[in-house]
Amino acid sequence: MTTTSLTSSRGAGRAGDKVFSGATLAAGCLILAVLFGVALFLVVQAFPALTASPDMIKGGEGFFAYIWPIVIGTLIAATIALVIATPIAIGVALFISHFAPRQLASGLGYVVDLLAAIPSVVYGAWGAAFLAKEISPAYNWLANNMGWLPIFQGPASATGKTILTAGIVLAVMILPIITSLTREIFLQTPKLHEEASLALGATRWEMIKMAVLPFARPGIISAVMLGLGRALGETMAVALVLSSGALTASLIQTGNQTIAAEIALNFPEASGIQVSTLIAAGLVLFVITLGVNMIARWIITRHKEFSGAN
Amino acid sequence: MTATLTPVKKRSALTKGQLPKWAPYLVLAVALVLGAAIMALIGFHAFGWGLVSAILFAAGLVGWSGAVEGSRKAKDKLATCLVVGSFLIALLPLVSVIWTVLVNGLPGLTDPGFLTTSMNGVTGAFDNKSVEEGAPVVGGIFHALIGTLLITLVATIISVPIGLLTAIYLVEYGNDRPLARSITFFVDVMTGIPSIVAGLFAAAFFFAIVGPGTKTGAVAAVALSVLMIPVVVRSSEEMLKIVPNELREAAYALGVRKWRTILKVVIPTAISGIASGVTLAIARVIGETAPILVTAGFATSINYNVFSGWMASLPTFIYTQILNPTSPSNPDPSSQRAWGAALVLIILVMLLNLIARLIARAFAPKTGR
Repeated sequence: MTTTSLTSSRGAGRAGDKVFSGATLAAGCLILAVLFGVALFLVVQAFPALTASPDMIKGGEGFFAYIWPIVIGTLIAATIALVIATPIAIGVALFISHFAPRQLASGLGYVVDLLAAIPSVVYGAWGAAFLAKEISPAYNWLANNMGWLPIFQGPASATGKTILTAGIVLAVMILPIITSLTREIFLQTPKLHEEASLALGATRWEMIKMAVLPFARPGIISAVMLGLGRALGETMAVALVLSSGALTASLIQTGNQTIAAEIALNFPEASGIQVSTLIAAGLVLFVITLGVNMIARWIITRHKEFSGAN
Repeated sequence: MTATLTPVKKRSALTKGQLPKWAPYLVLAVALVLGAAIMALIGFHAFGWGLVSAILFAAGLVGWSGAVEGSRKAKDKLATCLVVGSFLIALLPLVSVIWTVLVNGLPGLTDPGFLTTSMNGVTGAFDNKSVEEGAPVVGGIFHALIGTLLITLVATIISVPIGLLTAIYLVEYGNDRPLARSITFFVDVMTGIPSIVAGLFAAAFFFAIVGPGTKTGAVAAVALSVLMIPVVVRSSEEMLKIVPNELREAAYALGVRKWRTILKVVIPTAISGIASGVTLAIARVIGETAPILVTAGFATSINYNVFSGWMASLPTFIYTQILNPTSPSNPDPSSQRAWGAALVLIILVMLLNLIARLIARAFAPKTGR
C-alpha cells in the first residue's frame, strides 16, 4: 500500500493539497482572530476612558454617568422599532409564504428585499426631510389628546425630529431582515401538517395558527432578536433624524440619544480622551449587540434539527 | 344589507352560508365611496382616504362574513385582511423613499458637472450666490464617487479571498469539527456587528499600529471588510454545499487530488452563485456610512491614493451635506447635492443587485444534460 506507484507519484500534488488546506484553515482562523481583535483593540483603546478622572469625560461626571442615558436611549429606539416592525414583518412573511398567488410570491419577496438594498443614509435623509415633516401634526395630536401618558407628554417637537420618528425609520430598516428570515421558516413548515389541518376542515387562518406558527415560533423569536441587534447598532437613521438631547421619557419631544449616533456625530472632531470615550461607548454597544446576536443564534442552533432555519 | 343577502338565499344547500364571489369587490367599492365621503367632511388627504377605506373594508367584509358564514370564516377573513394590509403598509416606505429621492435628486443629477467635478474650492459664497442670484449650483460628487469605488474595491480584494477560502474550509475540510462549528457560529455573530463598531475597530487598530488619528481610505476598506467577510462566507458556503457530491466523488475516482478537485470541479460548478453572492455583499457595504465616517474622514478634493490622506465617499458626502451645509445660511444647494448623490448611490446599489441576479441566471449550471 505504501509503496505502490499510485500513492507515491506526484509529490507536487501532495504539497498542493497541504498548501491549499492550510490556506483555507488559515483564512478560517483569521476570521476568529478578527472578531477577537475587534474586542481586543476596542478594549485597549477604550481603557484610558475607563480609568480617566471623571471631570475629563464629556459631562464631567465620569464614564458611567455619560454612558447610561445613551444606553437607555438606544434601548428605547430599538424597542419602538421592534414593536412596529415585528407584527408587520410577520404579516408580510405570511402574505408571501401562504397568501400571495404562487407565481407572484418570489417577485413580492424581491420587492421587500429592495427595502434592504436602500442604503441607511438614504433612509436617514428620507426620515429627516420627509417623514419628520409629515408626522409632526400627528405628534401634536398625540400631545393634545394622549398627553396624560408620560411617553406622549407635550409639547411636541415642532420639527418632528424625535426618538419616535427615529424608531419608525429604524422599523422600516429592520423590516426586510425579520421578513426574509421568518418567510424562510414559514416555507419550511412541513407540508403534511398544513394539508392535514386543511383536510380536517380548518380555515386558512386556523391552519396557520395551529400548524405554521407553533412550528415557526423559535425561528420568529430569533429573527426578531437579529432585527433587534440591527436596530441597536444602526447609526445613520438616528444621527440624521433625531435632534438629540438629554434623556426624557416623552417620545415626541426633542431629546434622547443613541450610542451609535453619539459616536457618529462626535468621532470626526474628537481627539485624545474623547476618542477613548467614544471607543468605550462603541465597546458597550458591541457587547450589547454581541449578547443579543449570540442568544438569537443559540436559539436557532438549538432548534436546528427540526426547523432547518439557519 | 337585506337587499344584498337575497342572492344567498337562492343558492343550493351545498353553497349556503358562503359569501358570493363578488362580495370583496362590492365591499371595496362601498368602502372607497364611504371613505371619500368621510374625508370630504374632515378635509381630504390621500393617505387618510386609503387608511379609512381600508379599515371600512376590513370591518365591512368581516362583519358581513360573520353574519352569513359564522365566526370561524369571519376570523379567517380578518386575518387575511391584516396580512394583506401589513404587506401594503410595508410597501409605503419603499415607494415613499424612492419617490422622495427621485423628486429631490433629479435636479441635482441633471446639473452640469455634477458627476465630473469635486467640491474642491466650493465655498458657501457660491451657494449664497446661486440662491440669491439664480446662478447654477456648482460642485459635484466626482471625488466621492472615486472614493466609494476605490474603498469598495480594496475591501472586496481583502474580503473575497478570505471569505471564499473560509467557506471552502467549512464545506470541504471542516467535517463538522469543533473549529468549523465555532467558525460558523462566530461568522453568524459577525454578521450582527454594528457597522459603526466595525469602523471603530479599524480606527482603533490603525491608531494602535500606525499612530493616533490615522484616517485613510485603507482604514475604511478594512472596516468594510469586517462587514463584508461574513456575508461572503455565508453565501459561498451555501453555494458550495449544493454542489452534488457525485461530482467530487467522480473526480476522486479518477485520481484527482482534493485541491485540484475543489479548484477545477467544485468552484466552477458553484461560480455563478459565488459571484452573485459577492456582488450582493458589495451592494451591502457600498452604502455603509458610519464606518467610513469614523475611518476616512471627509475630503472635498479628489484623492486617488487609498493609503494616505482623507477620502470622501458617497454616503459620507450625503451625510455631511445634510448635517453641515456648505453655506449654513442657504442650505438648499447643499441638500440638492445630497439628494443627487443619494440618487446616484441608490442607482449604484440597484445596479449591483441587478448584476447579481443576471450573473446568477447567466452562469447557472446547465441542467438537463
